[in-house]
Amino acid sequence: MDFNDTPEEAAYRKQVRAWLAENAPKAVARPDDPMEDSNDMQASRAWQRKKAEAGYACITWPKEWGGGGGASWQSVIFGQEEAKFPTPGNPFAIGLGMCVPTLMTAGNDADKQRFVRPAVLGEEIWCQLFSEPSGGSDAAAARTRAVRDGDDWVINGQKVWTSGAHYSDFGLLLARTDPDVPKHKGLTMFWIDMKAPGVEVRPIHQMSGASNFNEVYFTDLRIKDSQRVGAVGEGWRVALVTLMNERLSVGGGGSGSGHARVLKLARDIATLAGPAIKDSGLREKIADWFVQAEGLKYTTFRTMTALSRGQTPGPESSIGKVVSASLMQDMANTALELEDQYGIINDPKLAPLSAAFQASLMAAPGMRIAGGTDEILRNIIAERVLGLPQDIRLDKDVAFKDIPSGR
Amino acid sequence: MDFDFSDDQKFLKSEARKFLDARCPVSVVRGVLDDPAKSFDQGLWKAVAGQGWLGTAIPEEFGGLGLGGIEQCAIAEELGRALAPIPFASTVYFVAEALMLAGSQEQKARWLPKIAAGEVIGCFATVERPGTLTEAQAQARVDGGKLTGVKIPVTDGDVADLAVLLAKEAGQTALYLVELNGPGVARETLQTLDPTRSAAKLTFEGAAAERLGEAGEGLSLAEAVMNRAAVLLAFEQVGGADRALEMAKSYALERYAFGRQIGSYQAIKHKLADIYIKNELARSNAYYGAWALDDGAAELPVAAAAARVAASDAFWFAAKENVQTHGGMGFTWAVDCHLFYRRAQQLGLVAGGAKAWKERLVSQLERRNVA
Repeated sequence: MDFNDTPEEAAYRKQVRAWLAENAPKAVARPDDPMEDSNDMQASRAWQRKKAEAGYACITWPKEWGGGGGASWQSVIFGQEEAKFPTPGNPFAIGLGMCVPTLMTAGNDADKQRFVRPAVLGEEIWCQLFSEPSGGSDAAAARTRAVRDGDDWVINGQKVWTSGAHYSDFGLLLARTDPDVPKHKGLTMFWIDMKAPGVEVRPIHQMSGASNFNEVYFTDLRIKDSQRVGAVGEGWRVALVTLMNERLSVGGGGSGSGHARVLKLARDIATLAGPAIKDSGLREKIADWFVQAEGLKYTTFRTMTALSRGQTPGPESSIGKVVSASLMQDMANTALELEDQYGIINDPKLAPLSAAFQASLMAAPGMRIAGGTDEILRNIIAERVLGLPQDIRLDKDVAFKDIPSGR
Repeated sequence: MDFDFSDDQKFLKSEARKFLDARCPVSVVRGVLDDPAKSFDQGLWKAVAGQGWLGTAIPEEFGGLGLGGIEQCAIAEELGRALAPIPFASTVYFVAEALMLAGSQEQKARWLPKIAAGEVIGCFATVERPGTLTEAQAQARVDGGKLTGVKIPVTDGDVADLAVLLAKEAGQTALYLVELNGPGVARETLQTLDPTRSAAKLTFEGAAAERLGEAGEGLSLAEAVMNRAAVLLAFEQVGGADRALEMAKSYALERYAFGRQIGSYQAIKHKLADIYIKNELARSNAYYGAWALDDGAAELPVAAAAARVAASDAFWFAAKENVQTHGGMGFTWAVDCHLFYRRAQQLGLVAGGAKAWKERLVSQLERRNVA
């Protein structure tokens, strides 16, 4: 058990640090909203290209595809060091984390040749078109129809919660090609051009006031059969590759310094019993938050250790978001309670700590839902980690068109 | 980054598990639970001594194996998993650690070899009344090497040969070594929440006491010992919490209600997922504590407090929800759930409750933030 790098890791970290010190942007306006990833697209693209040219983008991917040809532990070290610099938002994460790896696994050679390198270089951005109004957690319930017409497919329907659809060049689309078979069997995966006629992107106005996500409408969108990713009817199997990549990405806590901000706030605030920092109820909460945040941090260290030893990380990395999202919500609520009547102010110029807690209060509900709700993540832990039975399902072995769907 | 047990340590751990599976099945734990005359399992204690585990972290020059804190953590996790009914924690995590931390060469040479050989059972006697360990708990007095006062409750005090004890001499608080088999010591076995771990009231009237460490440093030394014990106990707690989760899981798979396994209901699945989450957070914090313990790092007070808070929470949650998952059967004497429920409380309190540790943790964070 050792926190220090092995000599090999230390050498790599040194090399990465030197490169970052030389090349990383000196100052960037970073979004306060944890769901915002594109505050300055030009800066994001420039930074991605710089990393790609030095082999620091997609470090684990083969060099022939524009990657770094390196190991997972190198990727983790680079991520740790990069986080110390004020880098711009990362609108490439969904494409490089999920869509392009899916193409690399299930796509044909022409698609790989065409798409992988430009994505690594940050020239082309991808979005993921899975969720629909009728199925968020239940992504296999997709109703967007793809109907064969000669050598083409014609797409009609609607996707929702699509991050980055408004600036994406391409999208990975899960569509229903056969409603007469059970739902998992009637899906097919395609890639589409987001700028094609027949694709309309509308931002979703979220409860936080921001618009990080979109609705995407397809009206007689015509695509070639060569845009199919995997076989007809194999869409769900391909989607699982995408979702697996999502879960393999090492998730950090994200709220590691939250307790320090509450401490700072508590020093300046008076309560009936003296300064808030002396309040034992608050101190207990701060201790609990610290322990959770530290627990997440060291859990990622365990994951990194497995990678460093050339092993597959254990299932412990699956606990990250389910802990950190509620942690963020709980801290925000307590902080506002401390601010007392003043807490209703949501103006960054007036509210303590530039209204950081007001912002995280309003963003937290989204964090508990995006990328797998608290409930779905608990199901995943129960089923895949603990081996408990799947929920009893009413939609198995029933033709998709006959499944009750409510509204 | 190497944030896991090494292959050698994993081997030690799996050997320890095999050994305890064979030598400490639940029947051994129940043998102590059901027999009021039994304070611990003598056979298991001897067998554990025979394995050399008592001296895992004791230097070779004092008869130990001279391994590190991490090896000790690996064994602690397995002991916790097995609910081992022996005075291991008192003897090793508290008394041996106190001797290694504050003992003179002569004191170490006198006691550590005997501890390593299993010839001496130790106990840590600090508390005198309900509430957190503060100066007020040190009413016991030492005068001219003679101790007068009462310590209650003292875990393993009814069977121990040697106490590390907190008392005052000439207004200064210090730790003392007290031989419990000598004159001037009266012991009374107490009824405890977890009868597989015994405790006593110790009354001293002129018992011989020898100072351990400096005068005036009693409380800070006691806290330093507790920091070390907290990390080791956290591993016992994680071991117990993991096994409680395994119990709950296997029951959820075999028990049917309304025509299906109860483990197929989300009410149960999400409960067990929450246990898993807490156990992993506790394990990660315990690993950090193990590193700080082994490395002698300045972060030990923060790491120990975090490990203790997370592990106490995890074991308590796993133990109580294990009972709940078992339904009515879980409330019976015959089903083992209550063994974990009892041990979770015992371990959660024995080195000080979570509330006090949270306060210590935040005080440290404040200092860190100011610095």
